[in-house]
Amino acid sequence: MESEDDFNSARSTDDEMMDDVESGYSDDDFDDLEIGEEEGFDAHDKITATQKQSYEVEFKVWTPKDIDEAQLRLINEVKDVLGQSPEATAILLRYSRWNREKLIEQYMDNQAAVLEGAGLGESNSTEARVQTLTGFTCDICCDDTSPMTTFAIKCGHRFCIDCYKTYVNAKVTDEAEAARIKCPADQCNRIVDNKSMELLVPDNLTDRYHELLVRTYVDDLENLKWCPAPNCEFAIQCKVKAKELKKVVPTVHCDCGHDFCFGCAYNDHLPAPCDLVKKWVKKCEDDSETANWISANTKECPKCASTIEKNGGCNHMTCRKCKHEFCWMCMGVWSEHGTSWYNCNRFEEKSGTEARDAQAKSRQSLERYLHYYNRYANHEQSAKLDKDIYVKTEKKMTQLQNHAQLSWIEVQFLDSASKALQRCRQTLKWTYAFAFYLERNNLTEIFEDNQKDLEMAVENLSELFEKPTDQLEKMKVEMMDKTAYCNKRRIILLNDTADNLRKSRHAFWSNDLGA
Amino acid sequence: MALPKRIIKETERLMAEPVPGISAVPHDDNLRYFDVTIDGPTQSPYEGGTFKLELFLPDDYPMTPPKVRFLTKIYHPNIDRLGRICLDVLKGNWSPALQIRTILLSIQALLGAPNPDDPLANDVAQQWKEDQNTAIATAKEWTEKYAKA
Ligand SMILES: [Zn+2]
Ligand SMILES: [Zn+2]
Ligand SMILES: [Zn+2]
Ligand SMILES: [Zn+2]
Repeated sequence: MESEDDFNSARSTDDEMMDDVESGYSDDDFDDLEIGEEEGFDAHDKITATQKQSYEVEFKVWTPKDIDEAQLRLINEVKDVLGQSPEATAILLRYSRWNREKLIEQYMDNQAAVLEGAGLGESNSTEARVQTLTGFTCDICCDDTSPMTTFAIKCGHRFCIDCYKTYVNAKVTDEAEAARIKCPADQCNRIVDNKSMELLVPDNLTDRYHELLVRTYVDDLENLKWCPAPNCEFAIQCKVKAKELKKVVPTVHCDCGHDFCFGCAYNDHLPAPCDLVKKWVKKCEDDSETANWISANTKECPKCASTIEKNGGCNHMTCRKCKHEFCWMCMGVWSEHGTSWYNCNRFEEKSGTEARDAQAKSRQSLERYLHYYNRYANHEQSAKLDKDIYVKTEKKMTQLQNHAQLSWIEVQFLDSASKALQRCRQTLKWTYAFAFYLERNNLTEIFEDNQKDLEMAVENLSELFEKPTDQLEKMKVEMMDKTAYCNKRRIILLNDTADNLRKSRHAFWSNDLGA
Repeated sequence: MALPKRIIKETERLMAEPVPGISAVPHDDNLRYFDVTIDGPTQSPYEGGTFKLELFLPDDYPMTPPKVRFLTKIYHPNIDRLGRICLDVLKGNWSPALQIRTILLSIQALLGAPNPDDPLANDVAQQWKEDQNTAIATAKEWTEKYAKA
C-alpha cells in the first residue's frame, strides 16, 4: 500500500462521491455522450455500419480536435445549467469524471458539498489573484522583499508568485497533473482553476498543460481509450464494458492502422476473450523450460532426416533432398492434409488407461500444452515470415508493373493477399490459445472444423506466395479467389465463436490442465 | 549552491525554538542533512525510547518533501524494515507550506497512533490486526532493546 494515491485525500473524496461511476457507466450515460457528439462527429463516424458481422463491435475514432471540442461543448452546456463560469464548470466536470447527469443531480441536491469537494468551496477571499504587497513573507521561500508580487486563488492562501509558478510547473512537469492541482497550502483542497493556471504556466509548458487536460477527459471516461500504438494521438470510443468481456471480444481499428482489443489494449486477439489471453500469455512466459523444448525454425525431414529450414509462412514442406512432402506442424504426410480429413489442428486425447497414471497425466498435460503452443507459436512465426515475404512481394509488385506492364491497381491483389494472410494467421494463432482452454462439448467439433478450414485456406494462399515472380501474373485470379476464401473462412469462424461466447455456450477450463 | 533562505530560516527556528521531544541538527558539512531524534510518545508502546532518524532536504525542497528514514529499529505497521515511513504528508499530501518541524511532529503522532489499515510493513500490520496485544508487546520489547541507549 505504498501507492501515492492512497494518501491523496482529495482522491478519496472523489471516490466517495463517484462510487457508481467506478462501477461503470449506465447505458444512459453512453447515450448522453452520443447525443453530445452529434453535431460535430458525423464526419468522423467510424461505426462499421455496412454489414456488421456478429464478431464486430461498434466504435468511433476520435482525433485530438474531436476530444477538445467535445469537452468545450459539454462545458458550455453544463455551465448554463449550473450558472457557473466556464472555468468552474470545467473543474466540476473533471471532478465528476465528466458525468454530466450525476454532476447536475448532485449539484442541485447539495451545491455546497459538490463545490467543496471539487475544490471550489465558499471563498474566504475575493481578493484579486495577483497582488503587489508590502511587508509580506512567503511561507514557501521565506522571502520578505518589499514590495512583492504575490498570488492566491479564491481560498486566499497567498504565496509569492515565483513559488506559485514553481509549484504548478513541478506538478505539470513531474507529476503530469493538470486538472486537479491543489492550492500549495497545507490541508487546502481548493483546486487551481483554469484561468489561474493559464497565468501561472510558462509559455513553454502550455502545450503540455493542455495535452494533460485533454488526457483527463479520455482517462476519465470508461468508453474512451487511447490507441496504444506508439505516437498515436487518437482515442477510440466503444461501449463494451469491462463486465461484458467474457462474452464479447471488442476488437477496434484505429485510423493509424493499429488493431487492438478495447477491453485489454492488447493486439487483436480474436476469437479468444481477454481473460484467456491474459492467462495464456502468462502461461507461455512462465513455461520457459518448455519453450526451450520448442524448435523455432528448423526441423528434420521425417523421411531422410536432413535439416529443413522454414523460410516462408507455408506449412507445406518439401524436403530439398528427398522431395518428401509433409506438414510442418504435425510432421505428417502432406497429401493427407489436402483431403477432407485435415486434422492437424486437433489434439487427439490419449486413452484413459494411460491417463490414470499420474506421471503420464502430467506428461500428457505438457504434451497437450505443447500441441497448442506449437501451433500458436507457429502462426506467430509464420505471420512474421509472411511479412518478410511481403517485403519481397512489394519488390515483385514493382517488377510486375515494369515487366508485365501492369498498372499499380492491377498488382494490388498481392497486397490484399498479404494483408489477408497476416490477419488470418493472427486469428488462427489465438484459436489455439482458445482451444487450449476450451472444454469439449458438442460445439467443439464445429469450432475445430472452422479452425481446420481456415488453416487450410491460409496454407493454400501462403503457398502461392512462395512462387517466383514470373508466375504471379498467371496466378492473379487464383490468388484473388484464395484471398477472398481466407477472409470468408475467418469471418465464419469469428462469427461462430462470437455467437457462442455471447450466449455462453462455450465452457472453459478454469485451470490449465485441460483435464 | 547557496542554501536557500527557506532552509536557513527553518534551521534557525528549529535551533531557537526546539519542539519538545524532537531534535534536528544539520551536519556541518551538509546543511541539507539532519540528524534527528524523536522521543516515543507517552502512553504508546514506544514510550521511553529515543528513536534516531535521518532527514535530507532534496534540491527541489520545498516543492518536494524531505526524505526521512528511521535509523533505529522499530516495530510499527507503517514503518518497514529499512526504516521507510508510510505517511501521507511525505507523499501525495505534501504541501510546500509544510516544514521540517511539522513533518517530524506528524511522525511523532504516527508513533502514537499506528494505522494497520494502511500498512507498509505487511507482516507487522497483520500481526497488529490479528492480535494487537502481542503486537504491542513486541513493539515495547523492540523499544527496550533498540531505542534505549
Ligand atoms: Zn515564495
Ligand atoms: Zn488554499
Ligand atoms: Zn492509433
Ligand atoms: Zn482483450
